[in-house]
Amino acid sequence: MNAAFQGIGASVRRTEDRRFVSGNGHYTDDMNRHGQLHAIIKRSDRPHARILGIDKTAALAAPGVVAIYTGEDMQADGVGGLPCGWGVKNKDGSPMAEPAHPVLAIGKARHVGDPIAVVIAATRQQARDAAELLVIDMAALPGIAHVRDAIAPGAATVHDDVPGNVCYDWHIGDKDATDAAFARAAHVVKLDLLNNRLVPNAMEPRCAIGEYDRSGGEYTLTTTSQNPHVIRLLMGAFVLHLPEHKLRVVAPDVGGGFGSKIYHYAEEAIVTWAAGKLGVPVKWTSDRSEAFMSDAHGRDHDSTAEMAVDAEGHFLALRVRTIANMGAYLSTFAAAVPTYLYATLLAGVYKTPAIYAEVKAVFTNTVPVDAYRGAGRPEAAFLLERLVDVVARETGIDRVELRRRNFIPADAYPYQTPVALEYDSGNHLKTLEGALKASDWAGFPARRAAARAKGKLRGIGMSTYLEACGIAPSKVAGALGARAGLYEVANIRIHPTGSVSVFTGTHSHGQGHETTFAQLVSDQLGIPFSQIEIVHGDTSKIPFGMGTYGSRSLAVGGSAMVKAADKIIAKGKKIAAFLMEASVEDIEFKDGKFSVAGTDRSKTIGEIAFCAYVPHNYPIEELEPGLDETAFYDPKNFTYPGGCHICEVEIDMDVGTTEVVRFTAVDDFGRIINPMIVAGQVQGGIAQGIGQALLENAVYDDQAQLVSGSYMDYTMPRAHDIPGVAISDEGTLCTHNPLGAKGCGEAGAIGSPPAVINAVVDALSEFGVRHIDMPASSQKIWSIIQSSRLPMAAE
Amino acid sequence: MYDFAYQKPSNVADAVKALGADPEAKALAGGQTFIPVLKQRLNKPTVIVDLSKLGLTGITVTATAVTIGGMTTHWDVAHSEAARKAIPGLVDLAGQIGDNQVRHRGTIGGSLANNDPSACYTSAVLALGATIKTDRRSIPADEFFAGMFTTVLEQGELITAVEFPIPEKSHYMKFRNPASRYAMVGVYVAKGPKGVRVAVTGAGQGGVFRHAAMEAALSANWSPDAVANIKTPPDDLNSDIHGSAEYRAHLIGVMAKRAVAAAG
Ligand SMILES: Cc1cc2nc3c(=O)[nH]c(=O)nc-3n(C[C@H](O)[C@H](O)[C@H](O)COP(=O)(O)OP(=O)(O)OC[C@H]3O[C@@H](n4cnc5c(N)ncnc54)[C@H](O)[C@@H]3O)c2cc1C
Repeated sequence: MNAAFQGIGASVRRTEDRRFVSGNGHYTDDMNRHGQLHAIIKRSDRPHARILGIDKTAALAAPGVVAIYTGEDMQADGVGGLPCGWGVKNKDGSPMAEPAHPVLAIGKARHVGDPIAVVIAATRQQARDAAELLVIDMAALPGIAHVRDAIAPGAATVHDDVPGNVCYDWHIGDKDATDAAFARAAHVVKLDLLNNRLVPNAMEPRCAIGEYDRSGGEYTLTTTSQNPHVIRLLMGAFVLHLPEHKLRVVAPDVGGGFGSKIYHYAEEAIVTWAAGKLGVPVKWTSDRSEAFMSDAHGRDHDSTAEMAVDAEGHFLALRVRTIANMGAYLSTFAAAVPTYLYATLLAGVYKTPAIYAEVKAVFTNTVPVDAYRGAGRPEAAFLLERLVDVVARETGIDRVELRRRNFIPADAYPYQTPVALEYDSGNHLKTLEGALKASDWAGFPARRAAARAKGKLRGIGMSTYLEACGIAPSKVAGALGARAGLYEVANIRIHPTGSVSVFTGTHSHGQGHETTFAQLVSDQLGIPFSQIEIVHGDTSKIPFGMGTYGSRSLAVGGSAMVKAADKIIAKGKKIAAFLMEASVEDIEFKDGKFSVAGTDRSKTIGEIAFCAYVPHNYPIEELEPGLDETAFYDPKNFTYPGGCHICEVEIDMDVGTTEVVRFTAVDDFGRIINPMIVAGQVQGGIAQGIGQALLENAVYDDQAQLVSGSYMDYTMPRAHDIPGVAISDEGTLCTHNPLGAKGCGEAGAIGSPPAVINAVVDALSEFGVRHIDMPASSQKIWSIIQSSRLPMAAE
Repeated sequence: MYDFAYQKPSNVADAVKALGADPEAKALAGGQTFIPVLKQRLNKPTVIVDLSKLGLTGITVTATAVTIGGMTTHWDVAHSEAARKAIPGLVDLAGQIGDNQVRHRGTIGGSLANNDPSACYTSAVLALGATIKTDRRSIPADEFFAGMFTTVLEQGELITAVEFPIPEKSHYMKFRNPASRYAMVGVYVAKGPKGVRVAVTGAGQGGVFRHAAMEAALSANWSPDAVANIKTPPDDLNSDIHGSAEYRAHLIGVMAKRAVAAAG
């Protein structure tokens, strides 16, 4: 590969990073509009309370205050509630409970951080001062934080119209076949496990600016979003009742999302609506404390998993019961996460013939829970890969051998799982063998002994995970309850002098799309990388799009680009045929040149573009001028990245701290455009996975007060908590999209938590530890060592 | 933040006067504790008196003592070769406070005046038997701390310097709170002119305290084994989501043992 090569497969440095690291990024909070007012949201400090009255008098009289609105004010003006984008059905076919989600609380506050009123003033300081003068008369109600408390008899009711707090009680798979397999199993292994609640913690807190243009009656919302068109759709249609042509949503540079910026949040509707009411721009910026109590949280599952195994260690059936915390309201995609993004992945990489999963989603007095990096798949991978390790231990079969024995073999693809999905490609043995080698699995006993000599407990663990990306065929998603299509859109505009603007409906908030997509288009059209600009994040520029989440941008958005490039090439061939007096069938396109087959006659794509825009010598009778093509790509299936992660930890026995000393990831992401960016995504995902496994925990007390509401108590991983990761790829191509790409954005966060916990449990095996819930904090590990030492001492 | 008036006097007398004139006036040192408190509107001072131009920075080392100016940053202490030669344990402690940014701004005077129950310096002051010098008096360490976030400093009284007698040996061992990275348990052990002293921070409900049982054991036999089996009763220890009182009690033992081993 020569130094100048910048096409598919080149580790091109991220072009966007220059502006990010030099302070020239354009983030929402950097923008200030002429005459703008500032909004402060008054939030509930109670987990659960009836709102008896709100007295605005003193606050309205405070200096600089322009307006104060409550939920009732907005409702009276016709503002609707925040919609849920996915409907799930109960076992009996009835729809899930979908209680009202007012933009500002009406009647009751349901979690700490629930927005109750907005104070708008000339300065942020004045709005804050006035918010303190707002008198909210509240009567406390008992708060519920934990899922088992929510469904306990006599529990308080989060929504008066949802008695029992159950949002839905859903299932998937074949119950009878599963029960039958359990009845004849040689072993049944059962494991209870929790998936801890996480706060996403994007580096940039959320921010929104609403504007209203009186001359045209147009609204503009600038917001920290992963999907501006989705926000326009939801806010326009359901909340503010604005037609799309009068509502522009811009998501400029966004500093991280991890899922938390997918959703349509109340503050977006509040500033947009208030800008219209007041006729001036209104800006709101979250501070970090607010983010902890208002950005959707992630995970929070309480599960029981059982595996039926025959005498040779073959998995016969899997039975899973999960209670998932929805928080106080249904966030945009909340309902889909513990169902179609979780239970459908419970086959993992194994040919388990029968699976039955039941998922109960419940309301609690906590921040809404929605997709967070991995969204459902980390929950599935953690459950399954922990369970497999316990099966290995309890059947006495080596954990690597047990996995090998149960893998879906490479020649069984395409493979239909018992839980709806059809995997298109994969080779789990290859990624496993690659990881065993790269991690020197065989050499572990020596490393363990060496650690022991230093007084450390060393453990090794693996996960052979599989996940689903590139959501999703619209028809399938629709049948499963999605209330939108999930295609992606690309518009490639070749300019008259040959440079290119590519408009994509995906959104980059750290992923490096401006580089990856430019490489892709450069490769497809043979136009130099430096001549290609990727444009995203503005509904007034981009035809349409569903945004970035679920590692869909390359697999779906990139495929749309390939389609659009194909159209450019097809049109270019017609122009070239005309210019070179050949037939279209004889025109070949390669490396940016249209040539007549078997001759040395050719035209560059730049010449063709110029000709298309200055059509003096042009087939104007048959062909429109211009070289500008749009494609919508609807995926044919999910993509199925997978791989093997191997983690080694050392535990300080005296104090219980765990250090991740080695980490190896061998993944299968299909086609890779930029290996350096992929490695960065994997490293970042693993950092979050190690964070979940060892450190992070959003803690609510039993009254549903948020205890870990700042970095003083919420344990964010630091650089020194994360080891260097050995990353490699053993790819099999995706068979159903034009790139063969699978997606890599979340895999790190999916594969790593079970590998880490399996390693911790392995390290602690001599103490008889069977399982440890995340995060495996030093305190937890110390208690385990302590309590198992006591009986030993007594012996 | 609420609005406040701001003054930056150029000598200690003026600063003391400004602080004494108004009971709502507050001193600002590195701002690493105070500014977050202001930003969260947990404090509403009328006047803020910036101490940065009072000439209170600097480290002086004599044959018997290390004296650190009240406005000396953690960074400067951590990088003082002269102080390292005299009391390496103290210099190491300063290097473990917060992160680079915090160490570049935070000061010893601010840390001691604040008396955070999880702060690091408090343990060194108590274990080394330091003397806190203020604009009006000298306060022995044993009399300075008055329960968490409380000291015997009067309104407007400024820490101008801290004088540490040079010990024969000493060391600090810190178990970080995994989230805040303050001390969940920090133990400073010292053998010096003030005797054998062991001070524990991060763990006690009342803030930093001396560990009498360990002091007795180490006085008799200065070795890691001497403290290894001393149990600390958990009754008066802190408990939070990261560490129960029992866990902290255990960590005190481990940190003390490691501190003695490192002190040599
Ligand atoms: C992220 C982070 C991590 C930290 N980690 C640690 C840690 O690991 N260990 C640790 O010990 N500390 C830690 N700290 C606290 C840090 O050490 C602070 O510097 C210290 O608490 C206060 O010092 P300051 O100079 O910033 O004082 P300020 O914040 O300016 O003042 C604190 C208080 O002291 C008063 N004050 C200040 N100077 C004087 C004086 N000379 N005389 C009288 N009163 C005075 C002020 O009026 C105020 O009430 C951390 C802080 C942060 C932000």
